[in-house]
Amino acid sequence: MTGYHLAELNIGTARAPVNSPEMAGFMAGIVPVNALADTAPGFVWRLQDGDGPGATALRPCGPDVMVNMSVWEDLESLRDFVYRNGPHLDFMRRRRSWFHPMAVPYLVLWWVPAGHIPGLDEALSRLDLLRRDGPGPRAFTFHDPCPPPVPAAEAAR
Amino acid sequence: MTEISVIAVLEDPVRRRLYDYVAAQGSGVSRTEAAAATGIGRTLAAFHLDRLAEAGLVEVTFARPAGRSGPGAGRPAKLYRRATTEHQVSVPPRDYRAAAELLAEVVDVTGAEPELQRAARSRGAAAGRAARQQSLVLPDDDLVSNSLEAQGYQPYRDGGGMRLRNCPFHLLADRHPPLICGMNLALLEGLLSGASVTSLSARLDPRPGECCVVLEESKNNGD
Repeated sequence: MTGYHLAELNIGTARAPVNSPEMAGFMAGIVPVNALADTAPGFVWRLQDGDGPGATALRPCGPDVMVNMSVWEDLESLRDFVYRNGPHLDFMRRRRSWFHPMAVPYLVLWWVPAGHIPGLDEALSRLDLLRRDGPGPRAFTFHDPCPPPVPAAEAAR
Repeated sequence: MTEISVIAVLEDPVRRRLYDYVAAQGSGVSRTEAAAATGIGRTLAAFHLDRLAEAGLVEVTFARPAGRSGPGAGRPAKLYRRATTEHQVSVPPRDYRAAAELLAEVVDVTGAEPELQRAARSRGAAAGRAARQQSLVLPDDDLVSNSLEAQGYQPYRDGGGMRLRNCPFHLLADRHPPLICGMNLALLEGLLSGASVTSLSARLDPRPGECCVVLEESKNNGD
């Protein structure tokens, strides 16, 4: 127990409107994949809106940009779900049919005090930080992860 | 030990056979099991297994025989299993791994995955057609199993289907899972279709320490 949870934000520019045939596979897949996340070991919370499956109706970054945000107990539980869960891995394998590639980072990870649910502002500022400074303790990636903050250092702040 | 001396440990044919046996098992094997499987004496097997362990090609664990515990259960047996470390020797020196890393990164960034999957599917299909032409009468399962074995997947039966003990692209797959596992799936789908095998179908189903693709009995018999 580190007293910290791992937050994740992931954004993607859709190739077509959500109600188009091109996006049908994504919209159909998101519900069972989200259900798998909800019961995955280490899952804490995920962003949802009232108007569509998951957070698919939220557009904080522009009309075509979808967001996905969640909190997990630690990095390994998120990694296990993202990369070692068959249906989720298969969903990711097909992501290029639904989302444009991005030349800049589109996924950011950061530590939050356990119990804190991050807002979209917080999440997007971490993505900006990652894009500006590269991976560091306040904003990192699966490729360059950072350990959770040491509680003593927190207390001394 | 340098890479080349590690590989040289496998030169002895008996040792090589022992290594192949240990590497193909899902869990640790005892000296007695390894000796029986390779048809040599237990003492000789122990000698060679320990040489393999010294070279770091196999790892040693200790475990009591199943069903026995507590005092009087006897000494824990020495078990051997394939080490996870990779060894690669190229003469003259080549570094395809670094090139593959760079290419994977670029495919990731440019979103060329559909093209990668297409290329992988047709490469797999060519391999499947060649395998079929070489052995027209072989049953589907054996044909697929032989072909996967030759490509280093270490297939084993699992119910009516097949799982793969080894991922030939492990380091890359670890760094770019959707990209490399998706490519691998396309390779194997291609292999099945090229070899006209309809009794098996490929699906992503990652398991720790194994290939992320499983070949399942096709459900095309209207069940």
